[in-house]
Amino acid sequence: MALISFFAAAVVAGTPLLFATLGEILTEKSGNLNLGVEGMMLMGAVVGFQVGIMTQNPYLALIGAMGAGGLGAIIYGFLTITLRANQVVTGLSLTIFGAGFANYMGQKLIGQVVPESMKIFFRPVSLPVLGDIPYIGAIFFRQDPFVYLGYITAIVLGIYLYHTQYGLHVRVVGENPGAADASGVSVSMYKYIHCVVGGALCGLGGAYLSLVYVPAWQENVTAGRGWIAVALVIFAAWNPYKALIGACFFGGLDIVGFRLQAFDLKISQYIINMLPYIVTICVLIIASVRKSKEYGGPKGLGIPYFREER
Amino acid sequence: MKKVISKLLVGVLAVSMMVSGCSTAKKLANVDSNAPVAKEEMKVGFIYVGPIGDGGWTYAHNEARLYVEEQLGVQTFYKESVPEGPEVEKVLKDMIDQGANVIFATSFGYMDYVEKVAKQYPHIKFLHCSGYKTADNMSNYFGRMYQARYLSGIVAGMKTQSDTIGYVAAFEIPEVIRGINAFTLGVRSVNPDAKVVVRWTHTWYDPAKEKEAAKALLDEGADVIAQHQDTAGPQQAAEERGVWSVGYNTDMQATAPQAYMTAPIWNWGPYYAQQVQAVMEGTWKSESYWGSMNEEIVRLAPLTAIAPEGSKEKVAEMEGKIKDNSFTVFQGPIKDQNGEVKVEEGQQMTDGEMLSFDWFVEGVVGKIEK
Repeated sequence: MALISFFAAAVVAGTPLLFATLGEILTEKSGNLNLGVEGMMLMGAVVGFQVGIMTQNPYLALIGAMGAGGLGAIIYGFLTITLRANQVVTGLSLTIFGAGFANYMGQKLIGQVVPESMKIFFRPVSLPVLGDIPYIGAIFFRQDPFVYLGYITAIVLGIYLYHTQYGLHVRVVGENPGAADASGVSVSMYKYIHCVVGGALCGLGGAYLSLVYVPAWQENVTAGRGWIAVALVIFAAWNPYKALIGACFFGGLDIVGFRLQAFDLKISQYIINMLPYIVTICVLIIASVRKSKEYGGPKGLGIPYFREER
Repeated sequence: MKKVISKLLVGVLAVSMMVSGCSTAKKLANVDSNAPVAKEEMKVGFIYVGPIGDGGWTYAHNEARLYVEEQLGVQTFYKESVPEGPEVEKVLKDMIDQGANVIFATSFGYMDYVEKVAKQYPHIKFLHCSGYKTADNMSNYFGRMYQARYLSGIVAGMKTQSDTIGYVAAFEIPEVIRGINAFTLGVRSVNPDAKVVVRWTHTWYDPAKEKEAAKALLDEGADVIAQHQDTAGPQQAAEERGVWSVGYNTDMQATAPQAYMTAPIWNWGPYYAQQVQAVMEGTWKSESYWGSMNEEIVRLAPLTAIAPEGSKEKVAEMEGKIKDNSFTVFQGPIKDQNGEVKVEEGQQMTDGEMLSFDWFVEGVVGKIEK
């Protein structure tokens, strides 16, 4: 029983990571290394919260959060795709900008709580049939609607990237924009669209924190989760399905320390707190030792595309 | 074009040198450190470790800053989210350049940097919160929060039905341990069977993580959650499960109306105003100040309707005893976790012992990692 409640909590802790990771996967698949995940999450968190308080409508709140995350991504896209600025620097600036934006917007929201009607909307619901499966049901299918949205997004993204023509185009744009351009794919448009949709997903991840996880406004509610998402993309090898597993795993690592303290273990708490980062480093080492294609990022990642330099 | 720009630059440089020259002259003129300062020249700087929007620790300090402005009509300014590292020095010097004559540094980890800068600027007054170092122009100050924590423990001890109270705590430092011990003594003064289970988060500020720690405690059977954290995350966890909570730092009723019973809270305003006033009058002296409930620097927030019946009377009784010094919280007999008597009957812990607490009293379930 204790184990089940731990795994269920791990899924919840992994959900904001999942959205941010999926967003970043989509962005990176089209060749944009956007390190502004943390910033876009914060923008989504504050706007989603603000809209939720104003309208009391959960759908509008989610749309607002996606809009804000997308807006952050548009700034990034304009700088890196149109103006071809350095992607790393732009992403880092976006993080700082997003934090400032959220603090500014959030000044009047401090101490406010998500309205009751929205809390009810985001309450855990047991899915018919699936929720009754022993163990699995209690862990995965008695969660709030936001969590289910995460599952669906991951699966849809997986199908999109690996089983549709558009998905193929995205991957080509990310791997070799020159080839994509030669075959008539609009590189800039693909980059823009996936960047913005990716940003919107990051915004949703932030909104999960402010609307469901901690349903009250507090500054810097993401507390570094955007950076874990960036690491998760590598851990998941740019694969949405693996991101689903990775997010639950990292969510579990994030909270396992509290549960372990109940037992008199001889391991230092600080070692347990380091686990997510140690795991990421191990994945990086394994990937580079095996030189596995699967564990390498898109080849065109981080490089601005100039048609003339083909 | 180039010539114009270079002339412009030279001009800017010259002006800026003149300006900085002026400010040095002003500094030298002000060396007599205890001369009264006119209200218009008074500028008070504050450095915060977190964002004002934390709704907790930093929020409480900022409320006090606003109180100083309102009471004395002096100019104040602040810098928030300053990490406890070398940056502190830069921020302090920046503030002095901007004309600050008194600076409040409101986090433990600022101590060494404040001390260093205080030596370089003998005419500026520094007040450092929660540390132990002083200099001619540097005070340290803190409040006896453990007194209010003891009272909040009474409320929690009377409320719990499972006799298990969860306590979400940040770091294994004396301040936090002292709080947990005082709280536990309060709990067990009214409910000798109750235990207080401690969970460390190793962060002052992470709403989601703090909530998660509280959830782990609730899964283990706790039905009251207390906290030594700077956000309301743990309050949210209690609210969701329909159980009860004790907050910290500020009144947290708004964030968890169905769970929140009371909170030990800070009230820095009067002390800050009094110190600034003393600087203005030229009577300021460096000191080590550890204010108690008598000076109102720490308080117990008003009990809400959810607080257990009879707790108000019991709290009022003990508050009276604390205030007239007939009860000091850490007075014998006190046993540690292994049941060994640490403080004999009739004895009291000294301030020094309290400031270096590194063991838990009987009734605490948890481990201090050393």
